[in-house]
Amino acid sequence: MTVVADVSRLSKAAGLHQRGLAWRSVVLPWFLPLGLLLVWQFLSATGIVSTAIVPAPSDIWDAARQLAKRGELQHDILVSLRRVAIGFSIGALSGLLFGLAVGLFELLHDLFDRSLQMIRTIPHLALVPLMILWFGIGEEPRLILVAMGSLFPVYINTVGGIRNVDPKLIELGRSYGLGRAELVWSIILPAALQPILVGMRYALGVAWLTLVVGETIASRDGVGYLVQNARELLRIDIIVLAIILYAIAGWLSDLVTRLIERRLLRWHPSYADRVKA
Amino acid sequence: MSGASVSLRSVGKSFAGRTVLNGVDLDIAAGQFVSIIGPSGAGKSTLLRLVAGLDAPSRGRIELRATGHKADVRLMFQEDRLLPWRTVLGNVLLGVKGRKGDAGRILDAVGLQGRESEFPVGLSGGQRQRVALARALIHEPDLLLLDEPFGALDAITRAAMQLLLEQLLVARPRTVVLVTHDVEEALLLSDRVLLVKDGGIARDLIFDQPRPRHRSDPALATLKEELLDGLLTAERDLAAVA
Repeated sequence: MTVVADVSRLSKAAGLHQRGLAWRSVVLPWFLPLGLLLVWQFLSATGIVSTAIVPAPSDIWDAARQLAKRGELQHDILVSLRRVAIGFSIGALSGLLFGLAVGLFELLHDLFDRSLQMIRTIPHLALVPLMILWFGIGEEPRLILVAMGSLFPVYINTVGGIRNVDPKLIELGRSYGLGRAELVWSIILPAALQPILVGMRYALGVAWLTLVVGETIASRDGVGYLVQNARELLRIDIIVLAIILYAIAGWLSDLVTRLIERRLLRWHPSYADRVKA
Repeated sequence: MSGASVSLRSVGKSFAGRTVLNGVDLDIAAGQFVSIIGPSGAGKSTLLRLVAGLDAPSRGRIELRATGHKADVRLMFQEDRLLPWRTVLGNVLLGVKGRKGDAGRILDAVGLQGRESEFPVGLSGGQRQRVALARALIHEPDLLLLDEPFGALDAITRAAMQLLLEQLLVARPRTVVLVTHDVEEALLLSDRVLLVKDGGIARDLIFDQPRPRHRSDPALATLKEELLDGLLTAERDLAAVA
């Protein structure tokens, strides 16, 4: 008799392979950023790149520690986080509500969609001067801008998601006696969930972007203010620090939304395997 | 006999000026298992959708009658149409009010006990159609409409599903209309075979061979040849027109 394959050995190999994959997905993504950091430090330390143009990573670390000691860093980060959280929540929630209303009711679609699409094409950052004239330099203009930036990605994806639900599934729901409300709850909303979450993720990116601009103009705190202040004091290290903070914030918020997505879409073919693993 | 009876009177259906069905008269007795065969594009599925009430006929009248109550009709599609975001149990319970305890029994009957909390993404094609069948049967429909439900399955799974369907119907008889392109399937399962062609019923055949039937049965084999011949001429006619 010929043994075609030793099953026990095969499965052991598969286990190893999986552990290898886990290692890869956790460690490998950090390879490039950490490597770049080392190269950067090396270039600065050897004087190949002047620290007057780009400060060394160690200088930036020192700047961060100084600011943290005075409590400024923590304060500015918290202020910015709070602004994004409030602005994004208001914007995403309104986008979701408008999107649901317009996607589900033909009448509201005809009434609102054209107007919302027109407003959408205005770059919301163009409204900065107007916002300052109307609301002064308090919190409101920043929050409104962040909310406006987050609203439309969620709105468009919600409407699109609802309108693109597989008609075969809707027909199925009807033929199984679902009422309008049940049809929305059991079929339309779950089917539209993925595009809605994509819209949310995109909106979160826009929210941070808007905040950078909003805080650069006439503000007294926040990461954007940190940059503005540093520019006046010619502190390049702090400017680069702020940019790194934005990168970390963007990465973290993306991570959170991905985790939420993975949980809510665990039935989805693209997510199912990763959940099992 | 339990189940609903169906009657169609000069039923016609046109889509955008193109006539698909024309002057169809048909009576199906309660509890009868009727198969509809015919060349592709002959209007088999259209006929089924009209009976299901998914589309309205352009002409004529369709009546479903069940004793004592409004006839409950369930349709099973060629694609399983499972809701991917619902578990097996959640899919079976779609639209079920009360009677939720029946789900366990139905899932047992289709051989899916213990899989209740799985999502459809992990199921094979045959298992998915079993869920779809359970979802239709939990409503104890008077009329079960099957639109090529096993057409996309491999031969072995299909044979298993045919056997399962037959067993379930022996346990709880009801009226069934099956659209299929598989003549053998039609002859294995049904009391009556209709050949749909040119927008009407070209042949209406009562087949009362005792059950369970076997593919090798000579009576079945003879009829199969005859019906296949009929289908082939129909396909040729269609090709000539096109």
